[in-house]
Amino acid sequence: MKDFALLFRSLEETTSTNRKISALISFYESAPREEISYAVLYLTGNKPRRIVSSALMRSWAAEEAGIAEWLFEECYQVVGDLSETLSLIIPDSGKSGLFKMGEIVGKVFPLLAAADEATKKEIVKDIWRNMSVNERFLFNKMIGGSFRVGVSSQIVITSLSRYSGLPESVIAQRLMGKITPSADFIDVLLAEETTRDISRPYPFALAYPLGNEPEELGEPGEWQAEWKWDGIRAQLVKREGKVFLWSRGMELINDSFPDIISAAAELPEGTVLDGELLVMLDGKVLPFNSLQQRIGKKSPGKKLISANPVYLMAYDIPEYDTADIRDLPISERRIKLNQVISGFKGDDNRILLSPVLDFNSWSELREIRRGSREMGVEGLMLKRKSSPYFDGRKRGDWWKWKVDPLTVDCVLLYAQPGHGRRAGLFTDYTFAVWDNGKLVPFAKAYSGLTDKEINEVDRFVKANTIEKFGPVRSVTPMLVFELAFEGLQLSTRHKSGIAVRFPRISRWRRDLDIKDADDLQKLKEYLKAISPGDADAGS
Amino acid sequence: MKKDLITVNQNGLYCESGDFYIDPWRSVNRALVTHGHSDHARYGSSKYLCADRSLHIMQSRLGRGAHIQTVVYGKTMTINGVEVTFYPAGHVLGSAQILVSYKGERWVVSGDYNVSPNRSCDPFEPVKCDVFITESTFGLPIYNWKPEEEISAEINAWWRINAFENRACILYGYSLGKAQRLISLLDPTIGKIITHPGVEALNNAYRLTGVDLPLTIPLNEIKDKKGFEGAIIIAPPGAEGSSLEKRAGESETAFASGWMQVRGNRRRLNSDRGFVLSDHSDWKGLISAIQQTGASRVLVTHGFVNTFVRWLNENGFNAAPLETMYSGDAGDDDTAGTGEEQG
Repeated sequence: MKDFALLFRSLEETTSTNRKISALISFYESAPREEISYAVLYLTGNKPRRIVSSALMRSWAAEEAGIAEWLFEECYQVVGDLSETLSLIIPDSGKSGLFKMGEIVGKVFPLLAAADEATKKEIVKDIWRNMSVNERFLFNKMIGGSFRVGVSSQIVITSLSRYSGLPESVIAQRLMGKITPSADFIDVLLAEETTRDISRPYPFALAYPLGNEPEELGEPGEWQAEWKWDGIRAQLVKREGKVFLWSRGMELINDSFPDIISAAAELPEGTVLDGELLVMLDGKVLPFNSLQQRIGKKSPGKKLISANPVYLMAYDIPEYDTADIRDLPISERRIKLNQVISGFKGDDNRILLSPVLDFNSWSELREIRRGSREMGVEGLMLKRKSSPYFDGRKRGDWWKWKVDPLTVDCVLLYAQPGHGRRAGLFTDYTFAVWDNGKLVPFAKAYSGLTDKEINEVDRFVKANTIEKFGPVRSVTPMLVFELAFEGLQLSTRHKSGIAVRFPRISRWRRDLDIKDADDLQKLKEYLKAISPGDADAGS
Repeated sequence: MKKDLITVNQNGLYCESGDFYIDPWRSVNRALVTHGHSDHARYGSSKYLCADRSLHIMQSRLGRGAHIQTVVYGKTMTINGVEVTFYPAGHVLGSAQILVSYKGERWVVSGDYNVSPNRSCDPFEPVKCDVFITESTFGLPIYNWKPEEEISAEINAWWRINAFENRACILYGYSLGKAQRLISLLDPTIGKIITHPGVEALNNAYRLTGVDLPLTIPLNEIKDKKGFEGAIIIAPPGAEGSSLEKRAGESETAFASGWMQVRGNRRRLNSDRGFVLSDHSDWKGLISAIQQTGASRVLVTHGFVNTFVRWLNENGFNAAPLETMYSGDAGDDDTAGTGEEQG
């Protein structure tokens, strides 16, 4: 476990992709096989499940370190990460390298999962006493179910490909789908030949945001345009009579969407569709939060299903008639997709074809894009007609051309320290707009400022705190920021009566005084423009 | 109730009976100075008194024109009937805790101190007193330092790998104290040790005082990229992201500080590595120092003041906060100050 703990640390300490890759390769070259197996599994998103609650770990660690609960809290506020706080306060014994990953995963985890609370405590404390701070941190992350690291699956795939000589696409596909953790996983993953797992989806082809004007893409005739749906990206796999629905986060979501699964029974054998899950009523796409009610719910009831019926808006077909057709141009794949979807009989087809938009010039398309918000979509997708279905993100072929966000100028009212990379800095903000001469909080935002600006706001918060409520501080209203968001809707849970979607700071309006900030009325007008009925109900 | 021997006024820590200040933040007539960092040794007072091991540093900070008197560690002087004695604080070269005794009452002002060994300066010496004024820069139980030999091994291992691949290492540390400590921990057989001008000025102060540092080469003597291959460059954090990294060619960077104990700080950093090395006491160090003084009253200055005061009071000490203008570890970064004073 020592090697993995060191790897974890070096992956976190560098922002350079090349250094991450070389750290991974030297880990593969020197660490025990089983340690590599678990490391690769965990680094590619197959994190271990939580076996010990954080509340228990917290109290055991405070007890082990002989410190009071309140002092633990103070430490946590400074560190910003629970597993790390635990690992730092436990007295260091100077021991390390005593545990093998196989032992931890294969023996300790099952033992912990089956043990009663008192036994759990004994096991965990004993392990803590015999680990270095680094190892303890990793162990806490694993048993607490909060394993995350600043390395993308793509980097792991690249490093494995360089290490083994296998093409990245082969490794990527072998890493897809449901994987059973085992000590010899790495040998299976890098083996020359493997039997095919019928559930396995393809790595999702991803688009880049279009930074410039579409004119720079050249001839409009070379491009295919579609709506950019605001739902959940998913692949629907039908092989050997079985159906698998995968989210982009590589979760099997069959249980949440029985309506899609039964609809897929009609799909021809050997088909994989790529598309967006959406809730639709009477042909109209409902806002994202109706879909949210479906995501979390495993085996949803009839009532929920009929109130929030889910559709798959299909736009690509990486596998057709049992063949991998990812290398065909999208214009040809589109023909196959048409054939498959038009083969559906019946009235309520849950699998729909995402239409290709008709346009002759970029200005015409720009006009179409203006109707996005009313359509309930995020904007447009532009795909080069000759493009294959590539692995992951590739610049140049697929672009997302989102509508410009809505913006509002608002005042910083509360701040709270961030976590992880931003621990100990005030980075989580609550913003307010005017309402009858008073500032009402309406949105929280975490991102959008540069590191330099974050430091500056941090100093401002510390120097201008009015009151402290636990970690939250209220500050003198002085700073104005422009907040951008994708949409908004009525909410009874927010003081302002309005909830915004994807809020983030678009710029710091140093030029504005707080009296220049926007009024709640502006938000209500946005709401009216999007869905007139809703806004009336709210006022 | 008896009046306190040392109080805080708008100028700094003041001893009325002796009519002198300790580490004043404004210009005063007589300033006793614990050590050379800019939040403790400020320009502009008429007369200074410091430990003799601090003289060259003080001169480099305050300029040759400053009126500086020195005293050796352990020797008692009398100022207006008040006795003062300087004892080593283990923070940087010449750093002192100042014992102030009057009518049988003993107060110790510790400035910044570090109880763990530091091979570039004299070790911390516990002093019995009635009232102990302590810092609390790292006053949380998450701060636990490893022995400096271990950190030395980590740094040299990092340097050796980079030197082997002909890369330069740039190691950032505060110019007074941290930089010289880092240099003393390096293995000069690996390669050249190159120093930023802000660091070299203080290296000279250390050498003049008799501290044996390995050979260092001033940055301006390196004329081309080739000269940086396999070398380590010691620079203050203020030089980070400057032309230095461009000039050094292919390089890795690291930062050495107690704050590197916390992962969030390491990740926020632009450097490749973070080494946990501090010139302040860790949690256990602070507590053991306080215990050893036997003080019946503890006053806590800069750092995690409220937390540390609460912990002390809950654990059998009698503690209270003392508001000062010291900034702890941030005050150790004298990058800006050095430039001014040399100008």
